[in-house]
Amino acid sequence: MSTLKTVRIVEAADLDDIATGGAILGTGGGGDPYVGKLMAKEAIRRHGPVRLVDVEGFDDDALIAPVCMMGAPTVMTEKLPQGEEIVVALRKLEKFIGRKVDGLLCGEAGGINSTTPFVAAAATGLPLIDGDGMGRAFPELQMTTFGMCGVSATPMALADDKGNCVVLETIDNRWTERLARSCTVDMGGSALLAFYPMDGAKAKQSTVRGTLSLCAALGKTLRQARARHDDPVEAIRAALSAEIIFNGRVRDVLRRTVGGFARGEADIEGLDAFKGHRLRLAFQNEFLIAERDGETLVTTPDMISLLEAETGAPVTADAMRYGVRVAALAFPCAAAWRTLKGLELVGPRYFGYDLDYRAFSPA
Amino acid sequence: MIRIGIDVGGTNTDAVVMDGTQVLAGVKAATTADVMTGVVEALAQALAAARLAPGAIDAVMIGTTHFTNAVVQRRDLAPTAAVRLGLPATASLPPMVDWPDDLKAAIGGHAYLAHGGHEFDGREISALDEQELLAIADDIRAKNIRAVAISSVFSPVNTECETRARDILKKALPDVHFTLSSDIGRIGLLERENAAIMNACLCDLAKLVVDAFRNALDAAGVKARFYLTQNDGTLMDAAYAENFPVLTFASGPTNSIRGAAFLSGVSDAIVVDIGGTTSDVGALHKGFPRPATVAVEVGGVRTNFRMPDVFSFGLGGGSLVVDGPKGVSVGPRSVGYKLVSEALVFGGQTLTTSDIVAAAGRAEIGDPGKVAGLDPDLIARAEARIAQMLEAGVERSRLSAEPLPVIVVGGGSILVKGAIGGLEVLKPNHFAVANAVGAAIAQVSGEIDRVYSLASMSRAEAIKDATDKATAIAVSAGARAGTIEVVDVEDVPLAYLPGNATRVHVKVVGDLDVA
Repeated sequence: MSTLKTVRIVEAADLDDIATGGAILGTGGGGDPYVGKLMAKEAIRRHGPVRLVDVEGFDDDALIAPVCMMGAPTVMTEKLPQGEEIVVALRKLEKFIGRKVDGLLCGEAGGINSTTPFVAAAATGLPLIDGDGMGRAFPELQMTTFGMCGVSATPMALADDKGNCVVLETIDNRWTERLARSCTVDMGGSALLAFYPMDGAKAKQSTVRGTLSLCAALGKTLRQARARHDDPVEAIRAALSAEIIFNGRVRDVLRRTVGGFARGEADIEGLDAFKGHRLRLAFQNEFLIAERDGETLVTTPDMISLLEAETGAPVTADAMRYGVRVAALAFPCAAAWRTLKGLELVGPRYFGYDLDYRAFSPA
Repeated sequence: MIRIGIDVGGTNTDAVVMDGTQVLAGVKAATTADVMTGVVEALAQALAAARLAPGAIDAVMIGTTHFTNAVVQRRDLAPTAAVRLGLPATASLPPMVDWPDDLKAAIGGHAYLAHGGHEFDGREISALDEQELLAIADDIRAKNIRAVAISSVFSPVNTECETRARDILKKALPDVHFTLSSDIGRIGLLERENAAIMNACLCDLAKLVVDAFRNALDAAGVKARFYLTQNDGTLMDAAYAENFPVLTFASGPTNSIRGAAFLSGVSDAIVVDIGGTTSDVGALHKGFPRPATVAVEVGGVRTNFRMPDVFSFGLGGGSLVVDGPKGVSVGPRSVGYKLVSEALVFGGQTLTTSDIVAAAGRAEIGDPGKVAGLDPDLIARAEARIAQMLEAGVERSRLSAEPLPVIVVGGGSILVKGAIGGLEVLKPNHFAVANAVGAAIAQVSGEIDRVYSLASMSRAEAIKDATDKATAIAVSAGARAGTIEVVDVEDVPLAYLPGNATRVHVKVVGDLDVA
């Protein structure tokens, strides 16, 4: 443990930048980080700051556990957590394994889950690894680089607001997703979980590194661009080496709830340089496919982030409304996803689109 | 159609008389402690200036920043209890968790968590507990709290817990005001609850103010229809406004931005409205206030109203100027409507921004002799501080480096000395009464919020049906058919209802038919 390298000490005030960056990496989904941010701030105020560390410093046989929140984004802004769930889940997992956890890991750096690990880290005093298992947000829990590297999502513990706690042991990660999803729906649409327990060696191999610092850096970039009156969209584009694939106004959003997920399509009408053009975004919580004038431009797992055109504030698929002016940014996903195994897990065909993945490279 | 637009600010009550698109007269009177006297005075002056009899008026539109000012200044707020139904869920973030400490203290910070609420799929989270609510009622009575805001998890899709809890509490607390969060906001518990608590703490003030308006119109002999303007620049009936003062929160800035656009003929600009107590800065984009797309804060509290993107800060013609060990401070406290009696230049004892401007020789108000003795160094430092505050406010609303003009309106415009942060400043005709003009040209809306079964019709048909119905409502409320625009369409599938039920919300607005 003495070899652990601190990346930074995270205080309550740092959560604002992290939550903003988390919303950008959320690519339209992952939930509004506001609630997670408030909870993390409360936890840090009560228990003290969080130590963000480099995964490299853990012993190969250390026990690492990722934590996250699971459920529908709308539910999370309405039915706020009871507060103890995440610690209950973590302790239950430790009890089941028969060993204390040495370090925490973020399951998903996009959306609300960019902030939830800070709640667990502050409450337990455990170090939090700077990285995650997606490099963005994805709707299902088998969609992690951990799973791709052969880590089982189970044993896994889910806890709800009422004090219920479920431990799952499954035959594969798809079954984990399926069973955890039914539990979450029964638990009222949101649950906190500790899952993918792994040793230090696997954590080093499978973590998408540096994503929590990236969140903090993106938040800071946006904040500073606004203060300087630089174009905030351009500042974020530059920070991510992304491409602005569209500027326009939301014309229509078609939503339906299928199997607990918000699925839909948004139709955006071009403005400025894109006048006369149309962008169609398909989403299942996250934006997955961008099609400009009928031509497929970006496909999952490459990233599509929607920013409010003037302020650069990230716009979630949930918050998209008629008339909102947006800029669409596209940029490549974590390299680990651009593999046969990765695309099997998170490529367009997995989400039911009759499309092959085409690697996006920003102009 | 002859109509009167009245703007009741913290310091001045302005009135304009308009005939169609012509401004016949614009006048200013001081806001009075009882509100009514100031409105009567403004009405009488306006009618006299336009040479009209009270009977000639077809409609009166009142815009007021009274309620926003009360929250910003943390005054005249009733001690309020926030009762949230949802235990054991939601305990991690109790009511008012993200409020500024001083505002929480101003209304007592009474937060109660109780059982109740619904899951997303319509199940109860836990049963409502009558005994628990009665114990809360006892505590509320013992603390002499006069207003209660009730919020419940998922109340926008099922209001039952909130209405039942109100019925139980009301029996025990018959004289207390109740606001239900489901009457005010959308999904998003904290934001909806925040709006409900603010509405509840304004209940006493709302009765007082709306009564004063009513009495003032009676006293002036005006028998016309009487409206208040709300957040989005549209009109609401006065009786409705009395129960929902929170809906007027952004009407001041909306009116001033729309009034500034109307008066200046400019369609892209930054608008600074300087009143007696606060300054509001907003952006005019293609003739309309730029709407906020992220959660809007009012007095430091996050809400989910649809409002123009406006930044308010405590600088006005009545702002207190205090020289202390850390330098000179300006605002946020203001003498408000007492400017004409408390400011030095009017013979009072309090140093205000208006005194500084008068002493600097930039405005002819009151008796300049009364401020002749002010320290020139203090005047210079106070002027520098005022310029700094204005520049910071404009900078915050300016989202590009593009040099837009700044339209300055409102009675406190005398505080502006030349350009602001290098940007050209415009003061249109009638600039001092732009808010009242904005109120007079307020639009009429029609709104539909209902559940459609998509088993028998398509989504497009449902939205078209809602749009047609909303349009009919707007037209019958006085909107001219050709001007009607859809400003909001939202459809939310309700997964747990049979028949593919979807909640459709459509809002349309149109210009009041002034032909």
